Amino acid sequence: MGHSDRLATLKVAPVECRRFKRMERDGERIEITISSRFENIELVQVIAEHLCENAGLDEDGSHWIGMAVREAVANAIKHGNKLDVRKKVNATFQLHDSELQIHISDEGEGFDPDAIGDPLNPQNLMKTSGRGIFYMKTFMDRVQYQFQPGGGTSLVMTKNLAKGSGLASSKI
Amino acid sequence: MKATSKTVDGVEVIKLDGKITIGSGDQQLREIITTALNQGKNKILLEMSGVTTIDSSGIGELVGSYTTVTNRGGKLKLLHLPAKLNELLHVTQLITVFEVYENEQEAVKSF
Repeated sequence: MGHSDRLATLKVAPVECRRFKRMERDGERIEITISSRFENIELVQVIAEHLCENAGLDEDGSHWIGMAVREAVANAIKHGNKLDVRKKVNATFQLHDSELQIHISDEGEGFDPDAIGDPLNPQNLMKTSGRGIFYMKTFMDRVQYQFQPGGGTSLVMTKNLAKGSGLASSKI
Repeated sequence: MKATSKTVDGVEVIKLDGKITIGSGDQQLREIITTALNQGKNKILLEMSGVTTIDSSGIGELVGSYTTVTNRGGKLKLLHLPAKLNELLHVTQLITVFEVYENEQEAVKSF
């Protein structure tokens, strides 16, 4: 496999405080495109955590949002692109006032989110899978899937950083 | 993920360090548990203090390990949960499934 397959493409790269402050002002986006490899998940997770910390969210809150991003990217790689390294996963981060919007898209065929059982249902409690979307819904304010007519799944997650911690325990 | 084990009064105490995440630590955990069971060690205490990250696949693998060990007539318990893993087990209600200990001696005695 080619070296380029292994590399993630940072379209807007350095995640640093000054850039993020500017992003707060004008809604500038940070975008990263990765090939469908599990080892690339952490790149996207780290960007999410840095953005949150730079925006003033505490370490725990940043961690939980990073976890939601990890789950979203893992799903896109595994269930969306089915581990095909030629297919890409794209992630964009945008902050409007205190609301962080995260957009994760893949090149897969889509799925029915409603077909995934509630992991808190006693019948599902001991299942070894099916908790990823639950995590995202727990850690974020809003999680919405969109399926493109020509293929590809888009996931939009939002979180109001002004609310503090990412663990929305009150939803449970 | 790294795993080191010792036997204390017939209980296999396995210390996990690092990440239990999709594509790496989750598969390793399965192999560690399978190896222990194949060696006849079915009283297993997982020492979790060194686990830095666990995702839904890692949690799924913990659940799978619990089921596998139980089905083989053994017991799997947890020791020294990091705060974030403790929160995740509460959020997923799996805290009702696992026996969790803060003291190794007490955990070993409980088998």
